[in-house]
Amino acid sequence: MSITAGLRRYEDVNEEINRRLKSDDKTAVREVNGQRYLGCGLDSGKSLDIYGTAGNDLACYLNGGRVTVYGSAQDAVGNTMGGGEIIIHGHSGDALGYGMRDGKIFVRDNVCCRGGIHMKEFRQMKPVLVIGENAGAFLGEYMAGGTIVLLGLNMKHGEKLFGPHCASGMHGGKIFVRGAFPKANLAQNISVCELEPEDEKELSAYVKAYCRYFGADYAEIMSKPFKKLVPATSRPYANLYTPNL
Amino acid sequence: MSINYIPRRFTVVRDKELCINCGCCVRQCSNECHYYADDGKTALVNSNACVACHRCVDMCPTGALRIEKYVCDYRENANWTPQYQQEICRQAATGGVLLSGMGTPKPYPVYWDKILLNASQVTNPSIDPLREPMEIRTILGRKPEKITVEKKGKSTVEMPPQVILETPIMFSAMSFGSISLNAQKSLAMAAKNLGTLFNTGEGGLHPDLKDYTDCAIVQVASGRFGVHKEYLQNSRFIEIKIGQGAKPGIGGHLPGEKVNVEVSNARMIPEGSDAISPAPHHDIYSIEDLRQLIWSLKQATHNEKPVSVKIAAVHNVAAIVSGCARAGADIIAIDGFRGGTGAAPTRIRDNVGIPIELALAAADQRLRDEGIRSSISLVAAGSFRCSADIVKAIALGADACYCASAPLIAMGCHMCQTCNTGKCNWGIATQRPELVKRLNPDIMHERVENLINAWNHEIKEIMGGMGINSVDSLRGNRLMLRGIGLTEKELEILGIKHAGE
Repeated sequence: MSITAGLRRYEDVNEEINRRLKSDDKTAVREVNGQRYLGCGLDSGKSLDIYGTAGNDLACYLNGGRVTVYGSAQDAVGNTMGGGEIIIHGHSGDALGYGMRDGKIFVRDNVCCRGGIHMKEFRQMKPVLVIGENAGAFLGEYMAGGTIVLLGLNMKHGEKLFGPHCASGMHGGKIFVRGAFPKANLAQNISVCELEPEDEKELSAYVKAYCRYFGADYAEIMSKPFKKLVPATSRPYANLYTPNL
Repeated sequence: MSINYIPRRFTVVRDKELCINCGCCVRQCSNECHYYADDGKTALVNSNACVACHRCVDMCPTGALRIEKYVCDYRENANWTPQYQQEICRQAATGGVLLSGMGTPKPYPVYWDKILLNASQVTNPSIDPLREPMEIRTILGRKPEKITVEKKGKSTVEMPPQVILETPIMFSAMSFGSISLNAQKSLAMAAKNLGTLFNTGEGGLHPDLKDYTDCAIVQVASGRFGVHKEYLQNSRFIEIKIGQGAKPGIGGHLPGEKVNVEVSNARMIPEGSDAISPAPHHDIYSIEDLRQLIWSLKQATHNEKPVSVKIAAVHNVAAIVSGCARAGADIIAIDGFRGGTGAAPTRIRDNVGIPIELALAAADQRLRDEGIRSSISLVAAGSFRCSADIVKAIALGADACYCASAPLIAMGCHMCQTCNTGKCNWGIATQRPELVKRLNPDIMHERVENLINAWNHEIKEIMGGMGINSVDSLRGNRLMLRGIGLTEKELEILGIKHAGE
């Protein structure tokens, strides 16, 4: 049996979700109207399906669990998540995947500003963010690790793959972009490269997963060429300071 | 070597009569001021890199060493002081932003030194703290607006989570990375034994400190280093770092050189990579957004942990504190501009922010005027040099105080202000294994405890003299304070009378 969110407060809804997930491994919430913090800190082995519009900080501090949204999500999805999977059958607001350290986020449509900022990797932890359409300004700002895939599907005439200041301050990780992208919107010190064979393999796995979740055509997506954006230096600010002894 | 246009700062004087050429100084100085002559026996000195940290002086077994200020006069100029000329030369050589360690050394007014404390005479007897109970236990956390009781007198109010401290003194945020693990461990051990808390800063919690999580404040800063569900849940309370007194409006930047394998484990970033915490949290652009982060942390910890918001003391501090309180912060820490730091741009450190005394008084007054002072806890930070400073801060409205520089001095820091170089000879602000091992947590935690216990005694003594037997009666009790040599405006902001009034 699923939980109905309706116009209830988020504390209430989250408490019911937590109670339900104590005994069950899976639950669903219907009629979600922007309730915040759904799936906050969800542990491995637990899964939550959300129907409606998920509110801010969806699946923040996600701890290995799986959250699927049948609808769109607001800001700060997967804030500081440490693992797990978030699948959004719609679009996402600002600051998607802020500081995520591991796990995967798939967004069927577009994302707003500051997607994938501060993503970082650590040992075997490698965060992945796959965006179906395009992204707003500051995509991958201060990115320190992990992978962003930007597919640019369904773009209308005049729309750009990403907004201004893409990868500003990026010092680790990589961004795969499909098709034409606005070079003027790319920050300084970012290199545009061809994909290596291991990149192709990695990308292929993410695109396959995207197609599986959202029913997209793999062959059609892969028919357009991809490029890889990486930081030209891992220490962009190494010479910024002078000790004032 | 090219000319650097800057004379040295200090001269190391070696008394040849006393020196036995034991080589202790040669081994101790990470700045390589001391060295052996070609004969491999005679200890010599090159003072150029001396920072006056006194390690060689304190370690010399025969007392043969002395540090002197190197006097090299410039033509007198009250405007173009040697300091400014030298800083220009440094920037001319490198093109870099000047970076300094510790709090500002500029002679800004220290209001603690212009505030005098009261004592009882005749009409209200003083209390002897050695023989009478004297309460300095401090409880932090959000308090309910009102208490309701059932018939038998039991409270029916659900109490938000509270933090009980056995002293109003806590250790301020210093990350593992900015300080060594041994230094952080010394503070953790001291906090546990003293019944107070230490603060991990934004560097995550090292696995070696897992036994101290019940006395750890864990920080969530813009870089979110080491922040995960377990980190949040294994803490006494959580602190959102918005700003720091030494560098308001500026983020943190731990250079890759300091990110060794241990630091990388705690911060959960690859070894050798820069740890960049930018100035803003990119999910916070308003009080409403702050509210969102506060409640996300509460949700992640099932409302079991108080959430603190730490801000730098800036011009509109009172309004900002009010906003933080309304956003749901249980504890608000205000860090004054004299507060220390591992590294801050010199210009920011020396020019941005306001003193904690004025910020604290203004914030406390604003919260009182709005009728919400009693619902939250205020923590003051930004250079407390002695117990009297702390008593004055509590009387100005602080619930507790954050101290960092003082416990570091207890561990050997000599305020040489070069923390940013990572060459700390005292094993505090360094990650070099050969320097870190100089600081033994088993000894240093005792020195820190001694200091805080001494201050606790002094606080009780001062309170007793005022005829006050509980720190709760001192809090915000500005009648216990009088200004000396302050203007009308300063007195008005501090909310105190002038001496003699």
